[in-house]
Amino acid sequence: MSLNAKDKDAVKAFWAKVSGKAGDIGSDALSRMLTVYPQTKTYFAHWKDMSAGSDPVVKHGKAVMGGVAEAINKIDDLNAGLLNLSELHAFTLRVDPANFKILSHNILVVMAILFPKDFTPEVHVAMDKFLGALSRALAEKYR
Amino acid sequence: MVVWTDFERSTIQDIFSKMDYEVVGPAALTRCLIVYPWTQRYFGNFGNLYNAAAIMGNPMVAKHGTTILHGLDRGVKNMDDLKTTYAELSVLHSEKLHVDPDNFKLLSDCLTIVVAAQLGKAFTAEVQAAFQKFLAVVVSSLGRQFNYRAVRLHKVGVSLKTLNV
Repeated sequence: MSLNAKDKDAVKAFWAKVSGKAGDIGSDALSRMLTVYPQTKTYFAHWKDMSAGSDPVVKHGKAVMGGVAEAINKIDDLNAGLLNLSELHAFTLRVDPANFKILSHNILVVMAILFPKDFTPEVHVAMDKFLGALSRALAEKYR
Repeated sequence: MVVWTDFERSTIQDIFSKMDYEVVGPAALTRCLIVYPWTQRYFGNFGNLYNAAAIMGNPMVAKHGTTILHGLDRGVKNMDDLKTTYAELSVLHSEKLHVDPDNFKLLSDCLTIVVAAQLGKAFTAEVQAAFQKFLAVVVSSLGRQFNYRAVRLHKVGVSLKTLNV
């Protein structure tokens, strides 16, 4: 299920529309993940505050979307482009890759909420494929 | 037995009472067929599903989307006994339609996204949690018949493991 030229164009076009709100998307997606999938909170036990809009959530939401933006720039070779992030997640963070799917789902939900007219089924499939490819690249160094 | 909080109950009732099944149903099913194209395998006799535009304009898809939402409506009206409510539909989906139960989750994800787009900011994290919990229980009830063999054996004190199957 690799990205074809049409997918890449759709992802870049949609990103051009939404990247201005990247921080908000990240922080909302993260909040939703922590609320709807409470098992994900285990990775953030060191945060004083996990509530929506709190400093750590906002800051981390921006960081995550920074990673997404980087992936879009390196969309033609995600494995090479996300090498450092993959090593970080594999050796330091050790986040179970099943959680990448969970966060991806919540990113899509937030995109649907913030951009209901632009998040058409065609854009949805391209973004879903992209986030899947991103997740695979992120898991590349795990074993 | 699933335990529903008052918030979850009222949230589910509220969402579905305000929903236009004839808009949301078709939107969710078309999205599923486009985003997860392998789900088209179950709709061989629906005619033209060749591209997104064809799927979105297909009247059989639209009609079926509405049917699915009415099926969900049964669950909304019987939240305290979803197992029994969906027993018959579970048999239908496994024995007659031969649907891979993984597909139920794919459709639920699309439905969640359609409802999120409709409700906008009102679809808060807590509302999302309640909605996804409801769909998860429906999906689980719909999937019960697929494991019926295991369930039936368990009732007579036998497990598949000891039988080595």
